[in-house]
Amino acid sequence: MSPHRTRTDGHAPALRHRGELLYGMLRIRRFEERCVELYSASVIRGFVHLYIGEEAVAVGVNQALTEDDAVVATYREHGHALARGIPAEAVMAEMYGKASGCSRGRGGSMHMFDASRRFYGGSAIVGGGLPLAAGLALADRMRGQPRVTCCFFGDGAFAEGEFHETANLAALWRLPLLLVCENNLYAMGTALKREHAQTDLALRAASYGMASWPVDGMDVLAVEHAARQAAESIRAGAGPHFLELRTYRYRAHSMYDPDRYRTKEEIAEWKARDPIDALARQLRDDGEVDDEALAALERRAANEVAGAVRAAERAPEEPADELLRFVTSPVTPTRAAR
Amino acid sequence: MTTTATTAKKPRASSATATTTYREAMRQAMSEAMRADERVFLMGEDVGRYGGAFGVSLGMLEEFGPERIRDTPLSESAFTGAGIGAALAGMRPIVEIMTVNFSLLALDQILNNAATLLHMSGGQLPVPLVIRMTTGAGRQLAAQHSHSLEGWYAHIPGIRVLAPATIEDARHMLAPALADPDPVIIFEHGSLYNLSGPSAEDAGPADLTSAAVRREGRDISLITYGGCLPKALDAAEQLAEAGISAEVLDLRTLRPLHQDAITATVARTHRAVVVDEAWRTGSLAAEISARIMENAFYELDAPVERVCSAEVPIPYAHHMEQAALPQVEDIVAAVHRAVD
Ligand SMILES: Cc1ncc(C[n+]2csc(CCOP(=O)(O)OP(=O)(O)O)c2C)c(N)n1
Ligand SMILES: [Mg+2]
Repeated sequence: MSPHRTRTDGHAPALRHRGELLYGMLRIRRFEERCVELYSASVIRGFVHLYIGEEAVAVGVNQALTEDDAVVATYREHGHALARGIPAEAVMAEMYGKASGCSRGRGGSMHMFDASRRFYGGSAIVGGGLPLAAGLALADRMRGQPRVTCCFFGDGAFAEGEFHETANLAALWRLPLLLVCENNLYAMGTALKREHAQTDLALRAASYGMASWPVDGMDVLAVEHAARQAAESIRAGAGPHFLELRTYRYRAHSMYDPDRYRTKEEIAEWKARDPIDALARQLRDDGEVDDEALAALERRAANEVAGAVRAAERAPEEPADELLRFVTSPVTPTRAAR
Repeated sequence: MTTTATTAKKPRASSATATTTYREAMRQAMSEAMRADERVFLMGEDVGRYGGAFGVSLGMLEEFGPERIRDTPLSESAFTGAGIGAALAGMRPIVEIMTVNFSLLALDQILNNAATLLHMSGGQLPVPLVIRMTTGAGRQLAAQHSHSLEGWYAHIPGIRVLAPATIEDARHMLAPALADPDPVIIFEHGSLYNLSGPSAEDAGPADLTSAAVRREGRDISLITYGGCLPKALDAAEQLAEAGISAEVLDLRTLRPLHQDAITATVARTHRAVVVDEAWRTGSLAAEISARIMENAFYELDAPVERVCSAEVPIPYAHHMEQAALPQVEDIVAAVHRAVD
């Protein structure tokens, strides 16, 4: 159980919807800032891709999804995993490589899974989650289940054949698939205009015969609105929808990236549109929160992250003699002779 | 007998008169599976109206309709990945890929998703998917339709690889493959589709864990699979006339290999020739040879021989293609090298 649900912070009143969105983004941001420290301390290793700056996308889109829907994410998926409700302890423990991690230490930062929440990863092959998401949607379509499969991917993935194959297949079969393209203007160091001849991605997606439009990915309320509209239409049988979320990552692509391909000015311009700051300002202007309430939110986020780190530190490691477990399913009659 | 391999010939009086083909046997297996389980469906390029590139699914569209006999666009990666997703969501898809050469466009999905998800998710996501594809040469289809890449797939942990080489296996390997909670790839050698023989209707579900001794012998073991099985049996027949008794072991399952059957046949005959239509370098034949060295070295009276395809893209012209492929004479010659 996550601490933010058990903890009653004295005078913290029940948050209204926008306040929940604000907290949803804030906890992801604070969680990842802690990841940076842990990475610098060599506690977390491997590839770690931060979502800082893009939180409005995962949090806003998630508002449109129910527990029965499915999510397929990328390697930059801490935010997707947390927004989906995977406890912060399980996400943090996975980065620690612990047995209590949401993939039992076999996945790490890029491969978070939670079958019980229909969270199907956590894929580090750019574009590789798209066909799989189409299949999840196909199963729902064949069984007449009014569920949505939501697949997150980047502007870089839009150049992969797997995107175009999947877009065509999904439109052809009218699959209940929500394609969420996180256009953060870069694929590693390659700027959008250096990787796409036509940079209007929503326009290109529309050519497959699906509803498709761009959304301000720095405005969580705009994201929520668009996602609700799309999901509703998908549930009504209108087939796949494509949302191009215009957003930006503040940090380098990964911990290894010296970030030489963009300017400080550009980063500063996007930070000035920060989705967390913007919503906090709005709530304050509307008199819904004051300094005290914002400080309480910060304390709550700090507590949640600290609790996740404590739990991860205390958790046992997956024993190395479990190495071969789960390569195949437990022995069945067809497997007796191995 | 020390072998744990199944022995091939069981008399089946009731079906002795009915004959069928390998292609029909595979179709019957699919139709039976689809009648028995609503979750099963077939998807691939031209499986529906066309009836399958090799005619395997001919007529199934009429019985099961276009939802379950699902024609796909030319998008190997997307429809293979869709099979994975549908399997994750509780369906039991059979994905047909026209040939193993085309499967390379879906290799990302097969290796990075199907074979990997269960382990990478810490045991949460088994992928009960069956992929069928044609493999092999012999029909003058040249270098982009003729290769034998079963060994590449057999390299991958997390998937089961089957090579039915008889009508009985074509008929009865599919049901246990669909019951397997993990991904299974079934390789159908193109030269086997027209194989005809007694119907195997009442043989019951095949065992996917063991190799089968297709012919017993004392002097040497011919270890093979798939499209090379008929050649190995022909070679054994010729060798018998020359007074050499060759045992023929059909591997049937290429991953996981049935090590005990390989060890047991070598322990009986003390000599082995591995016959594999793939290229020799880095092949399944190399793997089997290494396993014999590791597990039965002191049983050997001669070095293990390998009969494989020439290391060349398979050419078009009939005489060139045949020169590239393992032939009965090559197997016989290898046996003589090992025995003499
Ligand atoms: C198939 C594949 N090619 C290359 C890479 C290396 N790679 C990892 S992330 C990335 C950029 C992806 O950009 P985008 O899709 O825009 O997502 P973002 O990282 O911006 O969120 C690249 C090239 C990979 N992981 N997979
Ligand atoms: Mg990007």
